Amino acid sequence: MPTQTFTLNVNGHQRTVDCDPTVRVLWVLRDLLGITGPKYGCGLDVCKACTCHINGKAFNPCSVQIKDIPAGAEITTIEGLAAADGTLHPMQQAWLKYDVGQCGYCQPGQIMAAVAHVKEARANHVPIDDALFDQIRNVCRCGTYHRIREAIVEGAANMP
Amino acid sequence: MADVAQRPTQGNGRAASGASSNGDGISRRRFMGYLLAAPTVVAAADMLAPSAAQAAGIPTIQPVDFYDLTDLLTQSTEPTWALIKVVVNADSTVSFALPRAEVGQGITTAVAMTIADEMGISLEQVQISLADATPDLIFNQFTGGSNSMHSIFTQVRVAAAVARDQLLKVAAALLDGLPTELSIADGVLIAPNGRRATLGELTKLAATDRTRRVQTLLKPVSSFTLVGKPQPRIDALEIVTGTKQFAMDLKVPGALPTMVCRPPDIDGRATKINNLSQILGLPGVTDVALIPHTSFVPGGVAVRAQTFGQCIDAIQQMDVTWAPGPVSGLSEADVLKELQGSELPLLTPPLGTSIENVFTFNFRPGDPLETNCAIADVKPGSAEVWASLKSPIWAQEQLAQILGLSIGAVTVHVVQGGGSFGRHLFSDNAFEAAAISKAIGKPVKLMWHRTDNFRQGRVHPMCTSRVRATYLGNNVLTFDQRHTSVATDFSMGFGEILSATLATEPLGNLGYAETVFTLTQNVPYNFGLVTQLINEAYQYDTFNTGSVRNIYSPDVVTATEVTVDQLANALKMDRYQFRRSFVRDQRLKAVLDKVATVGNWGRKDLPSGWGQGIAIHREYKGAIAVMVEIDCTSATINRPLPDGISGITGPRVTNAVIAVDVGLPINPLGLEAQMQGGLMDGIAQALTYSLHLQNGHYLEGSWDNAFYTRQWNAPLNVQVIVMPPTGANPGGAGELGCAPSMAAVACAYGAATKTVPTTFPINYNAPLPFTPLPTSPPIPQSPTDGLSQEF
Repeated sequence: MPTQTFTLNVNGHQRTVDCDPTVRVLWVLRDLLGITGPKYGCGLDVCKACTCHINGKAFNPCSVQIKDIPAGAEITTIEGLAAADGTLHPMQQAWLKYDVGQCGYCQPGQIMAAVAHVKEARANHVPIDDALFDQIRNVCRCGTYHRIREAIVEGAANMP
Repeated sequence: MADVAQRPTQGNGRAASGASSNGDGISRRRFMGYLLAAPTVVAAADMLAPSAAQAAGIPTIQPVDFYDLTDLLTQSTEPTWALIKVVVNADSTVSFALPRAEVGQGITTAVAMTIADEMGISLEQVQISLADATPDLIFNQFTGGSNSMHSIFTQVRVAAAVARDQLLKVAAALLDGLPTELSIADGVLIAPNGRRATLGELTKLAATDRTRRVQTLLKPVSSFTLVGKPQPRIDALEIVTGTKQFAMDLKVPGALPTMVCRPPDIDGRATKINNLSQILGLPGVTDVALIPHTSFVPGGVAVRAQTFGQCIDAIQQMDVTWAPGPVSGLSEADVLKELQGSELPLLTPPLGTSIENVFTFNFRPGDPLETNCAIADVKPGSAEVWASLKSPIWAQEQLAQILGLSIGAVTVHVVQGGGSFGRHLFSDNAFEAAAISKAIGKPVKLMWHRTDNFRQGRVHPMCTSRVRATYLGNNVLTFDQRHTSVATDFSMGFGEILSATLATEPLGNLGYAETVFTLTQNVPYNFGLVTQLINEAYQYDTFNTGSVRNIYSPDVVTATEVTVDQLANALKMDRYQFRRSFVRDQRLKAVLDKVATVGNWGRKDLPSGWGQGIAIHREYKGAIAVMVEIDCTSATINRPLPDGISGITGPRVTNAVIAVDVGLPINPLGLEAQMQGGLMDGIAQALTYSLHLQNGHYLEGSWDNAFYTRQWNAPLNVQVIVMPPTGANPGGAGELGCAPSMAAVACAYGAATKTVPTTFPINYNAPLPFTPLPTSPPIPQSPTDGLSQEF
């Protein structure tokens, strides 16, 4: 399959890559663009370590081909979650407050998933509770789940 | 937030010469150290004078009450303390290359706190990196046995104290004061006359052009301002912004993504690539090479491409001829038979009434979330490797042998790891990357697929544990345990090639297993005559086993504590009160009482179908108790998850309380995190997490097959209580929480269901709740419907 040229809007920047149209977005980000915040944990849309946002909604780039990214879509990785002036997102601040991370490998995905779940809960007028936590599939082998819960409650309270 | 009292109590450090008391009960120990010839202040500790224990040699079998694995590992570091260097830089920072692996356990933070306190500088001034492999360190660059803080604490303090003394001496001359009158605040040295100098100003003046042996006095721990107080990780900001770098995030020129097509059998061998030219013609592919399976390199057919996605694509299409692996055709039922045939006999004559159980603990995955990976650049005459390694000296020495190079021609960089849990004691990531780089003559960025990690990765060995306890009246007369395990691979020894070689000699591995077992396992109760013995089945390398987090203890302690519950019931005693009566260690009694009180043991309003469990454990110089409540009601067990999510939702641990006494807690916040992690591990091991061996391979290949604790399994309430200091040295924390957590969950499950659970995890023999992935191709293609899953 011949390579094609794709233009992506990642973290507010236009980025152009030449690649096979079936390459999953995770590898476009990591291997071709050098954006390494999203982590590989399974490549099966199961562990959620690579969670990023597309137009503000969470998705897993390990399971999306580059050709399927709609033109003009805005992709945000963990590196682009803070405000342009560097102010951390309230969810990142909550993660610091509860010192959630251990090895840190899954945490970019955890934070990106948490932000999207809270936004979705708000849109659906449902509370941040155990039913919401049941929707979080992200694996953390260090076992930071309890602090993640605490941080999501805190981060949600401070999200605008 | 952790609950820590600041009152120090009697120190328990091993005596050194010239101890003096400062009145608060903690000995201030005099140590010798070195000021090293360098352009700025560089200080090191001297080796400890041999103690009586060392002069007698390392004991072979002694009860852990007198000598344990922590002592052995720490003593082995002592001859090389002089190589541990604290460097004071001209920019007023202090740097330290830590000869241990950081894999999430928080030792970089704890060591930075220790250096800052001993020197009187701020935490921000301390820069911790991970040391490259340094063979001169011998046993002092090994990360295992939860021993890092225990073994590094004093040596790094001595080096920091020598540097501090020298800076004070020079500052005194410069600022017209006496060294004893000077104070250090946030790294600035201040004389009584108000004059001040920074570390950066002093370090060149204080440097020495010849190495000198000097004496120093450690500060009393009670004067520390950071140690003992909750401190967030020093890399927390990098973690939450995605800038923390792991091996696969490093940009090494020319190191392109590389993966390996692996055999259907565990440790099968690739013999031929049948469609080489086709694979070489695939988009992005630059190289394909057959990598022979050896003792050190798992191997298969390697493919290097522009992206990892193209490596996965290529593996889907590979046609490889395989030779079977050492366990070809074997299933877990065969392994169980082999274990049963290898069990050592119980010798104690039955006295009184006996209770006897045989527990089966199935294979469990041992790999962390970051898959096995390494970068290697092998050139003619030299090699450079980047990887998370807990035995980097052994890795470097072995790499030199594999590549036919001198040790000095091999550079091994230790990179922070995305978890380890014992996995990175093995260096197969580095060996395999180097073998591929050598084969194709180019740098490679090798990454395993998740499915490879489940199916070809390191596992917690399957084992059985027979326990027989006898009692008469209100006393337990005997307690015997026969632990029979698939051999645990100790081929990395204690991180250095000489000890590793011993492990691969005939009976050498069993010697290691017996040593580790004897120096760690214990029954913490007054049960009369107690015997605990281990035997192993298979060779150390038949299965890819490893010392997965806390190796023997989760299973040994679970078998013990479930039996203790039965004894309590037989003696008609409350299970907590029974433990309280028989426990033979005051520190254990204190943590036991703490969790029972905080956890509301025996509460009358416990819902029907729920159970409480309580367990204790001592290891790594620490004492710990865990109490949990579990909900085994059918509503919880059958609780559905939202659409599209597969997982096991019950039974569910709802509440957990952990009380931990590690001697001297360095960072209570990090300690709390480690205990929570041990809890999540224990829940998984008791209830859901396992591997099924069928026809020479494991059926599990995804996180949705192997059910590690997920958010829907996490307890609703978790409380960790860090006990006030009971010693002058930090014990180990990384693995301490696993065993008593697993045991407490098992006991709670038994209480809730009124059964004696003997097979773990408890859902092991239920119908498989997933469809196994095929073994050919060995890894699944990634989905393409990710956008339909967005939320």
